[in-house]
Amino acid sequence: MNKSVLVSILVIIVAVGAYFMMQQEPQPRDLVVYSGRSKALVDAAVEKFKTDTGINVEVKYGGSTQLAVALIEEGAQSPADLFWSQDAGALGAVNKAGLLKQLPDNIINTVPETFRNASGSWVATTGRARVLAYSPERLSTEDLPASVTDLTNEKYRNRIAWAPTNASFQSFVSALILEFGVDATREWLIGVRDNGAKNFANNNAILQGIAAGEADLGITNHYYLLRTRSENPAFPVDQTVFAAGDIGNMVNVAGIGQLSSSDNPAAQQFIEFLLSEDTQRWFTEQVFEYPVINLDVADLPTQQILETAPTLNLEELDDLDQTLQLLREVGLL
Amino acid sequence: MSVSKKRPPLYFVIPAVFIAAGVLLPLVYLVLRASEADWEVSSNLIFRERNLILLMNTIKLTLGVLFTTSLIAGPLAWLTVRTDIPHKKWITLISVMPLAIPGYILAYALLGMGGANGTFYHLFGLEIPRLSGYWGSLVSISLYTYPYMYLNLRSGLLGLDPSVEEAARSLGNPSWRVYGRIVIPQLRPAFLSGILIIGLYVLGDFGAVSLMRFETFSYALFLQYSASYDRIYAAWLALMLLGLTATILVMEYRLLKGLLYHRAGTGSARKIRLSKLGNLKYPAYGGLALLLFFAIVIPVTTIFFWSTRSVLGVNWADLTSTLWMSISASAPAAILTSIMAVPLAYISIRFPSKTSRGLERIAYFGYATPPLALALAFVFFSLNSAPFLYQTLTLLIVAYSLHFLAEAMGPVRSALYQAPPRLEEAARSLGHPPLAAFMRSTFPLLRNGIVAGAALVFLSCMKELPITILLSPIGFETLALNVWSYSNEAMFAEAAPFAIAILLFSSLFVGILFSREWTRS
Repeated sequence: MNKSVLVSILVIIVAVGAYFMMQQEPQPRDLVVYSGRSKALVDAAVEKFKTDTGINVEVKYGGSTQLAVALIEEGAQSPADLFWSQDAGALGAVNKAGLLKQLPDNIINTVPETFRNASGSWVATTGRARVLAYSPERLSTEDLPASVTDLTNEKYRNRIAWAPTNASFQSFVSALILEFGVDATREWLIGVRDNGAKNFANNNAILQGIAAGEADLGITNHYYLLRTRSENPAFPVDQTVFAAGDIGNMVNVAGIGQLSSSDNPAAQQFIEFLLSEDTQRWFTEQVFEYPVINLDVADLPTQQILETAPTLNLEELDDLDQTLQLLREVGLL
Repeated sequence: MSVSKKRPPLYFVIPAVFIAAGVLLPLVYLVLRASEADWEVSSNLIFRERNLILLMNTIKLTLGVLFTTSLIAGPLAWLTVRTDIPHKKWITLISVMPLAIPGYILAYALLGMGGANGTFYHLFGLEIPRLSGYWGSLVSISLYTYPYMYLNLRSGLLGLDPSVEEAARSLGNPSWRVYGRIVIPQLRPAFLSGILIIGLYVLGDFGAVSLMRFETFSYALFLQYSASYDRIYAAWLALMLLGLTATILVMEYRLLKGLLYHRAGTGSARKIRLSKLGNLKYPAYGGLALLLFFAIVIPVTTIFFWSTRSVLGVNWADLTSTLWMSISASAPAAILTSIMAVPLAYISIRFPSKTSRGLERIAYFGYATPPLALALAFVFFSLNSAPFLYQTLTLLIVAYSLHFLAEAMGPVRSALYQAPPRLEEAARSLGHPPLAAFMRSTFPLLRNGIVAGAALVFLSCMKELPITILLSPIGFETLALNVWSYSNEAMFAEAAPFAIAILLFSSLFVGILFSREWTRS
């Protein structure tokens, strides 16, 4: 019978001990980054910054949207110095809440105008393009659509894969609205939907679905196939771009901004590091994204994409509400 | 019942009230945010025809999963408690292993099985149809939730008083009638606990349904949450989900009303007479093999298959530090949660009244609150009232505990139903103060329930994502976070070591818990 008393005392000791263990001083933090970019993509760059500068960096990884919402909820009390987002939308939301500070000119001028917002509170760090993935076995080159608007064609009935819930897809729809207006975009969405397009959870699921024969073509981001192939060279999916300048080849960016509540000088140092030639080259060659600075890379895997991208003002893409409303209206969300 | 007229002791009421208040904090936050809404806009969002379709899909899926999991868990529980099947312990251990497999990995693995480029084709040259849609969701969710039902039914069966059955048998009733009239009705609380936890799980599941492309209510809800920065509509939608939860809770309450299945009288627990399986054990083994093939072999093989494609090799230092962080949050949360479940379950069962029942039901709201909403509520409250707690391990553990409390409630509650109150009364009459009487008479009987509850919570914490992302200390990374992060980028080879670590250590934990249970009993 004494055993149960012993057990309860033990439990209390463990609980109290654990409590005090948790109350230990947090490690000294030098630079705090909230990263919506996954660790998988950026960890090596962060580690390199640490060894290069001797500055300690603490990163909180998560979804861009989740972190943006958390930043808005934290407001001025946020421990974060930098917000590194997977897309312009999340940066736009944080900026709109008045939480980003103006970046100095030397940083802003590193990138062309298309790769920063007008007020200069965030800059793009890398780009990724929308492409057309397809099964070379079931779709010959001459049957490929020349424009993303051709996806409403009867020829592709029940063969298309897309991911309406995916942030990159939603940015693409925002670009469509910008290019053709709301009505034409609605028409296109309904057209593709009624053409039997299948909804997938994300870009990778689209590729797997095409490989498995559930769909023959799909619109996705350029690097998923490159990464899948680096692990499995025999993967039976190819990708291509639409005709040059087609909106289907639009470019999304990942970007970074400094929180107004931060006065850490290392923050700007970190941004400069990301925009440096070496880091940009690394992102291009290892992560298969493409650079936001002028870079001389032989055999750039994304060369074709760079040349065919339409011109767009990214700043105008950072408001998702209209896009979401439209997607809900046509029943895709 | 004379017991019910007494007032519950304060040392149970006070913790219970505190816990309930903690669970309700997110609700307060949601109401706060929702009240900022422009009614016209939100009503457009709420009263959409599509929501009705999604709701129908959700109900269809929930019923399907409940049916399938009962079909799996019922026979399994009987087999491992009431028959003479050999290697019972091993079968039990392996049967709960799917809990160690993150749901999205199982869904990925099942998806990758079929089709022209599927695992089956590569391994056996066999092209089987690809699982997707309703059936895909049904199969994958059932395969990783049936252990919840199994553990509940198992502890229910273990705790049954065999004397009632023996009496029925001695009166000449055949075995099947004893089961139909005595055993199964007595298992009702355990069964309902299982139904509740699985039902709420299906309501909130996002991973499997999105991969399988089956659109449920929670799926749409999650999308609104993840795609829009607007916390106001998100709050409305979360409240709608909680409305659904409330409906389920009320239904379960109605069904559970007036049940009391503790041992009557003084007799001590007798050993249960085991059914002889004889040649029936071969089909039993066959069924088990089939189940485990899909629930364990397929996902585990898939993960190992991923890992063989790695070019870089494993970063051991990273892996071990991540593993330690995962455990340092999950293990205290598991202990804290089972401790929290005891007072809530105790007052609601021993002192049934509207208030005590209400307090207990509140625990389930924490489980049904969308985790992202729960995490945001904690961000809000900790920054406003206890900023020193923000992004500390303490807060993360508390948030885990309040969220997963419901998982520990079921087993603890079932165990309490079967613990006779007379024992405690006797202890008191022998001069023990009430708390000591509880600790010495009732608490030891709750052991199985507490162990099962802690195991469930530990496994869930190891796999948890949204709460971990928002509330963890900066620089804190769990295994699940890494699996999610790498597989999101289609880097499955890099995700594999972390997934394997989750599998190994979750299995180890379950193994330790069960072995403790076995050595003691």
